[in-house]
Amino acid sequence: MTKLSRYFEPKFSWLALPFAAVFFIFFVIPLFLTIIVSFWDYNDYSIIPDLIFENYIYIFEGCFQFDADLCMTFKTYLSTLYFCLLTWVLTLLIGFSVAYFLAFYVKTIPVQIALFLICTIPFWTSNVIRMVSWIPLLGRHGLVNDTLIFLGIIDTPVEWFLYSEFSVILALVHLYTLFMIVPIFNSMMRIDKSIIEGAYDAGASEIQILTNIIIPLCKPGIVIGSIFVVTVVMGDFVTIGIMGGQQLASIGKIINTEMNYLQLPGAAANAVILLFITIIIIITMTKFIDIRKEL
Amino acid sequence: MHRTGSRGFYFFLIFFILFALFLYGPMFSIILLSFQGPDGGLTFPMNGFSLHWFGELWKGAGVVDIGSAFRRSLLLGFVVMVLTVVLSVAAGLAFRKNFRGAELLFLTTIASLIVPSIVLSLGVALEFRLLDETIKWFGNWFEIEKIIYDFQTTLGMFTSGMGTQLTWTLPFGLLIMFAVFNRFDKSYEEAAKDLGATQWQTIREVVLPIIAPSIIGIGLFGFTLSYDELARSSQVMGATNTLPLELRGLTTTVTTPIIYALGTITTLFSFAVIGTFFLAFWLLSRSRSKALR
Repeated sequence: MTKLSRYFEPKFSWLALPFAAVFFIFFVIPLFLTIIVSFWDYNDYSIIPDLIFENYIYIFEGCFQFDADLCMTFKTYLSTLYFCLLTWVLTLLIGFSVAYFLAFYVKTIPVQIALFLICTIPFWTSNVIRMVSWIPLLGRHGLVNDTLIFLGIIDTPVEWFLYSEFSVILALVHLYTLFMIVPIFNSMMRIDKSIIEGAYDAGASEIQILTNIIIPLCKPGIVIGSIFVVTVVMGDFVTIGIMGGQQLASIGKIINTEMNYLQLPGAAANAVILLFITIIIIITMTKFIDIRKEL
Repeated sequence: MHRTGSRGFYFFLIFFILFALFLYGPMFSIILLSFQGPDGGLTFPMNGFSLHWFGELWKGAGVVDIGSAFRRSLLLGFVVMVLTVVLSVAAGLAFRKNFRGAELLFLTTIASLIVPSIVLSLGVALEFRLLDETIKWFGNWFEIEKIIYDFQTTLGMFTSGMGTQLTWTLPFGLLIMFAVFNRFDKSYEEAAKDLGATQWQTIREVVLPIIAPSIIGIGLFGFTLSYDELARSSQVMGATNTLPLELRGLTTTVTTPIIYALGTITTLFSFAVIGTFFLAFWLLSRSRSKALR
């Protein structure tokens, strides 16, 4: 009986079929179409199949005259990379410190879980509302300005708290530090505690343990978190839009604007370039680790 | 393990408390400010204390139809949640044994998680637009009146919108399944097989009940990520808008605490949803640990 039923055992691989179909229809095909359409022509109301390079040429127009000012495209990319870098450094420092506290200073598992959930719950709430909630704090007559004036530190309200590069980066850090905490915390929890006890017994200080044991062993978590944060900021247009008061440029916003004007092939060309740069960043980062081993 | 009393402990403890304040402070400030008096503005101080702005919101004063956007988001979130759970669990079971293309599918899933949202949104919009044109061409070619006169677009909440959201929720579902099965104690399964259970019986009566609490977790991700999703679905919802899309629009037009009232309601709703999932998780893990004892 058992043998017979084993013979008719269902193969389980087909269970992945619906899952795979979703990614084929809503991920693989769309990306291919984006690449194809980036070589198409368009007019005011329709897109026209073609094989032209104008969309790309247009993007880099005037970018290679090195005597002139930086072109719009390069400026936008530089500013996006600048947002990436700052957000990355801040989320890494904050995320690492939080994970370090949770993993090595909190002793009991229930407390650990509770504190971890405190970090996670905002992730399940609305991003837009989390951005809006900075307005009463950072606005012209916001809490921060009022407090600073009350304390006599400044005389007139600081204008650059809101709708500025500062507020964009603040919101990005606010929204995405969790992407650092989770993988780094995961890496830390996998470190065998006896290694650390051993290092203590051998006379190592806390700082030595941190730099010689914990940081090297957390490398995979740091890399995964960094990939998340960098990619999410590279393509961002919502946070930069809302927190930048629709005044700052980013690649994501360019694509978004072009789409609103139905310049789809132009948007596609920009998307291909953005994708290309993102892939380069990811490949550079993943050179070191096997993501699957980290779960 | 570091010692609790050390200087480092207090440093990191204070750091953590500040971080928690940073996370929740702004949220509580808008909850407080949504109770502004009728003359109150967008910032402190509180000008009285009232439910005025909730009332305004209820009347829908000048605000787009938030109620139906909320209902749409709720329905979409529910459908995405169910699909995320079913598809992720099924795929998770498949991934336990190596199959052809497993590596490729895994890499695609991860890639979907980190591809810039706007790129994906554009791609899906293009796909459905081209599909529309194909259908229209088809209708004209064969002179199908229904298509020529009635057909508008295939873009919509439960076509392109739902699919695009799934590319965001499913990776989380699969990662949770991996994490679950990496820690899964196979001896229960072996025991069931030794007692003569078929594969399906084993899965239905042993594996699924054991992983049930984690399935609740997948549901939580599926619902909340869909309910709050904005960047990916921004271009592909068709004629209708979900709540996050309406909210984004409101950030530029509304200048009264009505937006805080709205924020308070959606945030409290999110908290209630999260709480419900946790309760379900807790109840299930309790009955599971009783069963395994």
